Amino acid sequence: MRVTLFVPCFIDSLYPNVGMSMVHILERLGHTVDFPEEQTCCGQPPFNSGYWEEARSVAVKQLEAFKNAEVVISGSGSCGAMFKVFYPELFHGHPGEAEAKALSAKTWEFSEFLVTKLGVTDLGARFDGRATFHDGCHGLRELGTKQAPRELLRHVKGLELVEMSEAETCCGFGGTFAVKYPQISTAMAEVKCNSICETKADYVISNDSSCLMQIGGWLNRNVGSVKCLHLAEVLASR
Amino acid sequence: MSPNRGDREAILGRVREALREEAPLKHPAERSAGGEPTTAHFREWLPPVGASIEERYALFAKLSESLRTELQLCADMAEVSAAIKKLAEEGAWKTIALHEGELTSALVPAFPAQLSPMVLSKGYDKDQLEACDAGLTECDLLVAQTGSVCVTSKSAGGRVLSVLPPHHIVVARKNQLVTDLSEAYASLASKYRDAYPSMISFITGPSRTGDIERILVLGAHGPKRLTVLLLP
Amino acid sequence: MSITAEPPRQQFQSDANRTSTDAPRRAAVRRALSNYQTARDRTGATFTDWKSARASAATIKHEAVNHLDRYLEEFEKKFSARGGKVFWASDSKQARDYILHLAKEKNVRSIVKSKAMTGEEIHLNQALLEEGYGVVESDLGEYIQQLKGEPPYHFVFPCMHLRRDEISDLFQRELGTEKTDSPEELTMIARRVLRRAYVEADMGISGGNFIVADTGMISITENEGNARLTVGLPKIHVALIGIEKVVPCLADLALFLPMLATAGTGQHLTGYNSMYGGPRQPGEIDGPDEFHVVFLDNHRTRLLADPEQRDALHCIRCGACLNVCPIFKNIGGHTYGTTYQGPIGSVITPHFRGLEDWKHLSGASSLCGACTETCPVGIDIHHHLLHNRRNAATQKPAPGEQFLWRAFSFLMKRPALYRLATKFAPLGGMLHPLVQGSPLDPVASWTATREFPAAPAGSFRARFRAHTAAKSAALKKGGVQ
Repeated sequence: MRVTLFVPCFIDSLYPNVGMSMVHILERLGHTVDFPEEQTCCGQPPFNSGYWEEARSVAVKQLEAFKNAEVVISGSGSCGAMFKVFYPELFHGHPGEAEAKALSAKTWEFSEFLVTKLGVTDLGARFDGRATFHDGCHGLRELGTKQAPRELLRHVKGLELVEMSEAETCCGFGGTFAVKYPQISTAMAEVKCNSICETKADYVISNDSSCLMQIGGWLNRNVGSVKCLHLAEVLASR
Repeated sequence: MSPNRGDREAILGRVREALREEAPLKHPAERSAGGEPTTAHFREWLPPVGASIEERYALFAKLSESLRTELQLCADMAEVSAAIKKLAEEGAWKTIALHEGELTSALVPAFPAQLSPMVLSKGYDKDQLEACDAGLTECDLLVAQTGSVCVTSKSAGGRVLSVLPPHHIVVARKNQLVTDLSEAYASLASKYRDAYPSMISFITGPSRTGDIERILVLGAHGPKRLTVLLLP
Repeated sequence: MSITAEPPRQQFQSDANRTSTDAPRRAAVRRALSNYQTARDRTGATFTDWKSARASAATIKHEAVNHLDRYLEEFEKKFSARGGKVFWASDSKQARDYILHLAKEKNVRSIVKSKAMTGEEIHLNQALLEEGYGVVESDLGEYIQQLKGEPPYHFVFPCMHLRRDEISDLFQRELGTEKTDSPEELTMIARRVLRRAYVEADMGISGGNFIVADTGMISITENEGNARLTVGLPKIHVALIGIEKVVPCLADLALFLPMLATAGTGQHLTGYNSMYGGPRQPGEIDGPDEFHVVFLDNHRTRLLADPEQRDALHCIRCGACLNVCPIFKNIGGHTYGTTYQGPIGSVITPHFRGLEDWKHLSGASSLCGACTETCPVGIDIHHHLLHNRRNAATQKPAPGEQFLWRAFSFLMKRPALYRLATKFAPLGGMLHPLVQGSPLDPVASWTATREFPAAPAGSFRARFRAHTAAKSAALKKGGVQ
């Protein structure tokens, strides 16, 4: 299958390893990976801030970039939700509505693509350590992804997966919220990270790098010992 | 604006104006499409009860226990009298308020000598009622699904007899036990038709509060104890 | 809530900064709500099909709200036929004036009140006290807040933020009682005081959870029995209720009462669910001589006129969205500065009190969606926060912010420029100069409490290009052999 990657702007510039891990995994499974260079950002930051016109002007470019894709895989639940859930609303009654619906229909969150679309759960990965999984809110509630990443992690040799007490509680990132209301955002990060630390895990894994930026940002400032990894990075390791 | 009805026309006008554009129904109930009333299906979704009278009773008993309703099966009126006598002695009751009714009135002759009845037939003195040790009432229905006792201002001696005294005793018959709230409302509708009593109340356990640190305390304002004495 | 006349946004910002770092209070609130979560999960699990029950509740409320005029009139007709009086109030003042006038006309001396958020909304107690009427809140939590001189912290659990020792100190100061650390003893103190209030009051004021159209009844849900007494003993009953609280049929309550209880407190059914259809009827031994229902609009029709957010009027005020909201748990109820706190309050307050002044509440959300997930009537709560943000930006764009997003989209819709920029600096660095040093500066805001990720050696697209090149080189090499 020809698989088209959507690598959101912040993964592109801050977490390139996440994108490369996805490439390796998909190629090992025998798929052809395609990355349209014209893609930039899904437009979520202005969209969430209420500037829908500005968001649309960016989003139109993504509709073009992914026009010819067969399936689109996102390494971020949040940006994936932007394509899948919010584009149809953003373009409702505007030019591009049909294209937005088409993109929505062929967009998959990475873990859901592997488990639900491809029926793959064992990637032959090996990763030694104790880890807990954080559900990114957009992946969990907008896309309904809960079991797929856990299913994949259960098949990773050497990995001990423990659930934290509040896996489904928001980490407090929320895009521009994190810098507009830093005190509230930080308080939420503290609650989240306390749940993580209570599990005595060495790693916190998520399918959303934006959450990991928040969690890692707080942990590195206050704890230091727990490391953050994207699901793809764990699944790519041998 | 009219002094009696207020801004009625203005508000209704704004409502009608606002409703000119239709709002989408985002979560349509699957079964509402056929034109059947959705109420027909509540039972399929709410907590299950069981079809037989034994299952209904078992659930009512289980919920009563968790609600701290004291449920007692009585073989006959003599056992009901004995139960009331025991409670009166334990609590050193002096007065018990009750309403006139088929069951309640029949119990008065067997009250222990030191327990004086206050029968609410017409009006009553609020202070006197407030000072009673217990209130004895009948009820309309018992609801298995929720462990509730359904009283009305007609069946249970008005609005406050079942809630003002610190101990509420309900005397009822097992055939008053219905499955769920849907059946309760249907039963009330056929019993009262268009002449509903001014109050219908589903009482679910003794009065309770969790307002302080979300810790359960019984007897916040209403009865600290609720006893249901159930006849066959 | 701060008493100063600070603009709402500033009040919110400064209170949020204070409360979100108040570790003991945050821990107390979380502890109080953890019991709720357990109970709710347990009770919710007993439903055969919660999702269908919820869809049905949403459908019924949709029917009621979208035919509000018809159902309100039906209620009025049935209720009046049984001797009740309906007063329609467009705003707070009309509602207050009616109740004050009634109290004066009927020579009322003392008033007892059961929980009514509409009362908070129109500042009823203050108005009554100013006119010399004693009014006592009878719900335990509300009574504590009244003694403390504070509005409710949570519209279902009014004093959930207070520890027992604080309540004990309050009672000692206000009522002269002995200190105790027993919630039971504290409850009994309030019970003793309030019993007199019911017996002596000649007017009882309540809210209402549902307006039942087909039988002309008001349904009131409570646990303590205080509302039963408030509307049972005094000779006049006034129910102050928002016009949106309609359900078409009495039988609909068979669904709504268990759902309200489960979502609100985790109970199968709340202690007392009572339906009142008129004053004392012929042949009844007690009950009020007069029963007045005050329908309150107070800008509800403004929200009704927005089809996109009309479903926010489906709200049954169970408070579940507050109980699961990570923002509420960390900033607490008073910080909102509103009658209705939490996610649903952030949605509706801009409609009730003005978008410009209250849009910040919609901004102060991570949009995690826990509220929408938990709502028993399926309101799209967190999406409505997005809609409020959009409406605010359209109505009156913030100059600095608009400039920032224009610059952002200028860059992001030019892939070549974006690629060039990522070559030289990671994303944060590209836009940073635009806002450096300003209140919008995201870097300073982030790094005050959190580390920023270390910049990697190269972007993904650079690495992917290298990877593709290496692969095709290997392929070519393989072809030569």
